[in-house]
Amino acid sequence: MAHRAYVRVLVDVDEIGQVQPVKIYWEDGRCFEVDRLLDVRRAASTRAGGQGMRYTCRVRGRAVNLFEDEGRWFVEARDVPARR
Amino acid sequence: MRTILHSDLNNFYASVECVYDPSLRHRPMAVCGDPEARHGIVLAKNMLAKQAGVKTAEAIWQARQKCPDLVVVAPNHHRYLRFSRMIRQIYAEYTHKIEPFGMDEAWLDVSDHPMGGEAIANELRLRARQELGLTLSVGVSFNKVFAKLGSDMKKPDATTVISADNYRERVWPLPVGALLYVGPATRRKLAARNLRTIGDVARCAPETLRTALGKSGDMLWCYANGMDRSPVMELGESMPVKSVGNSMTTPEDMRSDPEARAVLLALSENVADRLRAKGLRGREVCLWVRDCELRSFTTQCRLRESTALASEIGRSAIQLFRCHYRWEKPIRSLGVSVSMLESEDSDVQLSIFGEADRVRRYELEGTLGEIRRRFGSTAIQRASILEGGYAATLGSVEACGTRFME
Repeated sequence: MAHRAYVRVLVDVDEIGQVQPVKIYWEDGRCFEVDRLLDVRRAASTRAGGQGMRYTCRVRGRAVNLFEDEGRWFVEARDVPARR
Repeated sequence: MRTILHSDLNNFYASVECVYDPSLRHRPMAVCGDPEARHGIVLAKNMLAKQAGVKTAEAIWQARQKCPDLVVVAPNHHRYLRFSRMIRQIYAEYTHKIEPFGMDEAWLDVSDHPMGGEAIANELRLRARQELGLTLSVGVSFNKVFAKLGSDMKKPDATTVISADNYRERVWPLPVGALLYVGPATRRKLAARNLRTIGDVARCAPETLRTALGKSGDMLWCYANGMDRSPVMELGESMPVKSVGNSMTTPEDMRSDPEARAVLLALSENVADRLRAKGLRGREVCLWVRDCELRSFTTQCRLRESTALASEIGRSAIQLFRCHYRWEKPIRSLGVSVSMLESEDSDVQLSIFGEADRVRRYELEGTLGEIRRRFGSTAIQRASILEGGYAATLGSVEACGTRFME
């Protein structure tokens, strides 16, 4: 299962209002640069729940779904199994 | 021939909640009103709750009796409105003729679209699933009544086509209650004449129906025979408002005249604010009373002059209340509405006396309404509303009340 991990995002907004995520800041302080924007569309997150504009980005060679839901941004983060 | 779709978002409120918390999909859940405010009824439920026998509009305790594991979720109206707007944006990519029927249903006239009704219906379902995470049931037919019937036939996430060729086989065997606008009273009248299926109604003589149901008998006969020709209204186009009203259930039963009076005044103020906002005034005031045993009645009176003044609406409502309620039982809910509406610009018979005073009061109430609109409903209140002891609740009458007529 996955959950919605809300993140801080640096975005670039061009003169016609198009939004492009540039950097994603993880909660532990790490910063991930968006190498390329692959796709933008409205979508529901089937893995983590929630709905919004889905920005599919290439980050460090992997496709990452970044959602913008009413001004807040989240990624689908894998649930970490509880340690015994 | 026209191509009409009727699109219905399945278990709308519950499905939206499941989008945000996918774990709810595997548990019986219901979206319920606030029991503290005595709005504790089931507003929507998911398929698992439905299978357990939970029904919309029943009390939470009744639902829990049938389904002890029921997960109860509070409603999030802002979110439902947002999803409703988004699905309409999707519809608008296919046609501008979209007639909403509540927040979760709509008719679409796609006669001019080259894709064809069934293909559009399937694409809408796919897009609703992918883009919103919701499922749709879509009826495709050549009129609105059969399209609606189609969307009810197969749920969830299905397309049902009722064509001019197959409606006799698909529609006529169904019970007459499946037809739009046929409620329990009509069903009883038809059953008394041994008319139990839509086919029975379609095959009987129109005169028989007219005798039983009056003018609506003709309408029903046309519906059953696929002759509904009502157009799908364009988005933004709406039926003229026939009445403006508001009702509320108080947190505790009302037991005295001052309590009821305060509630009626607060409701009248809200109704007057809304009449002014729409540029309307009305000549008939209607009172609705529901006692603690859920028995209700309505009564109305005509005014000499049409009005949008809270003081006049409130006075009539209080008068009606005093004439018609004897306090046999405490009261759970009250409602006030104004009908026989006309534009505030239409000509009026002026009274020789007191007209200047009415104009002044209208301006004063307009200013009070504007203060409430800008600074919140508790920003300014009549002292008489404080008498009932519901000041805080009544301050937010708009939030608590459900419009029982508009």
